Amino acid sequence: MNLPIYMDNHATTPMDPRVLRAMEPYFLSQFGNAASRTHRFGWEAEAAVEDARETLARFIGAESGKEIVFTSGATEADNLAIKGVAEYYGSKGRHIVTTVIEHKAVLDSCKRLEKDGYSVTYLGVDHSGRVDPEEVRRALTDQTILVSVMLANNEVGTIQPIAEIGAITREKGVLLHVDAVQGVGKTRFDVEAMNVDLASITAHKIYGPKGIGALYVRRKKPRVRIAAQMDGGGHERGNRSGTLNVPGIIGFAKAAEILMNEGAAEAERLRQLRDRLHQKISAKLELVTLNGHPEHRLPGNLNLSFSFVEGEGLMMAIKDVAVSSGSACTSASLEPSYVLKSMGLDDELAHSSIRFGLGRFNTEADVDFVADLVIGKVSRLRDMSPLYEMHKDGIDLKSIQWAAH
Amino acid sequence: MAYSEKVIEHYENPRNVGTLDKDADDVGTGLVGAPACGDVMRLQIKVSAAGVIEDARFKTFGCGSAIASSSLATEWIKGKTLDEAEKLVNSQIAEELNLPPVKIHCSVLAEDAIKSAIEDFRKKQAARKALSGGS
Repeated sequence: MNLPIYMDNHATTPMDPRVLRAMEPYFLSQFGNAASRTHRFGWEAEAAVEDARETLARFIGAESGKEIVFTSGATEADNLAIKGVAEYYGSKGRHIVTTVIEHKAVLDSCKRLEKDGYSVTYLGVDHSGRVDPEEVRRALTDQTILVSVMLANNEVGTIQPIAEIGAITREKGVLLHVDAVQGVGKTRFDVEAMNVDLASITAHKIYGPKGIGALYVRRKKPRVRIAAQMDGGGHERGNRSGTLNVPGIIGFAKAAEILMNEGAAEAERLRQLRDRLHQKISAKLELVTLNGHPEHRLPGNLNLSFSFVEGEGLMMAIKDVAVSSGSACTSASLEPSYVLKSMGLDDELAHSSIRFGLGRFNTEADVDFVADLVIGKVSRLRDMSPLYEMHKDGIDLKSIQWAAH
Repeated sequence: MAYSEKVIEHYENPRNVGTLDKDADDVGTGLVGAPACGDVMRLQIKVSAAGVIEDARFKTFGCGSAIASSSLATEWIKGKTLDEAEKLVNSQIAEELNLPPVKIHCSVLAEDAIKSAIEDFRKKQAARKALSGGS
């Protein structure tokens, strides 16, 4: 077994070797600029890009490749969607609805718009991290131009009721943007069936390369317009200037194609591995809490809180596996995960959380190794934890006056 | 965040983990930090009649730097008088462990834990004196 084991597939995924092989020619022999109209190098690049566009459209259930706008990644796609819609439709209304558990690319784009005079409603989530579609309905006003809700959360993997929300936004004539980065290819996502008007996706979360993403922009029923946020050569139908990242685009489409063929089987395999990890850990350790929704959750996601053990300290102990934590200590701000807090988790449980993100290249042997490692190290750290000792002595930790610092 | 070698060494081989009898007259206990903040340290000292720290034990809920800071703190105060131990400041711990700025609070917590344990011990002594003086 090669150590460390990578189990942080929500952060990024390794590339599938098939993706790399598909990309290779576009670095070396077919290196043309897709915007070059005067020679074969350009034509070849353009044809390959247009094929990739169609593949990606099929990947998300879109009608046409013309609805795909390539970007540098999902952060740019989120920015383009939210700021682009706000700018284009600003004369129609200046209210946006989103949720408190969105990615920072969405939340900070909204905050920027608030500074520019837009108003934003941030909807809360329930204990499992789900948004209530009826709350979306109630938040809409005659000023609302956009609703932005993620497909699946990056920390707890909770899958949102996008189809239900899409039915409401369509009925009310409000645009729906979905940050589909974490869910696409792993759980059902279909922009037509779900009435999604804009969607952000990225290659590096689906075993493709970093540095390439896309924004889906609906062209029919309704035709969605965005104001470009990047000025230049007018690429991507004027929506996003900049020379296309041809090898990246080819790799992105290849990654999508693999998931269209193998995604369902892969999701089932990951679900089984994930459940195996959870069961093994829970069988040997007490006071382990699952964060997120028990069913509506990404197949590779397992977010657990180990009471009385601090997450960063635990990650240091299990350094043979690469995971992440909602502990404050992993961030410069010293604030624990805003996602876990929004779900109503106590700060201490947020500090004690570990996110395991299983992916395509994890095996059953990985899972068994990680389960044993976690069981051993959590036990060791609990033996070192004053809180665990107090708990064992029957002391209610909430009854103690802790000095905040 | 990359940890310094010294933090890793203390984290992997922590000195003086354990529990002393908090009700014993010669033991002082300091419990500092808060679970909601992600770190809690309990540091205990056993003090001889001559005022020397004979033994020190800790348990810590926290990150690697917090565990290493408390481990180092117990190591340093063992064999010192209370007055000497009281003079230990967090910057010495931070320097020894090469703590980055974001982890300085771990060393502050360790200093607080020492001071709190000493205070607890002195309170106990004062209470005992008052009791024996009154009888």
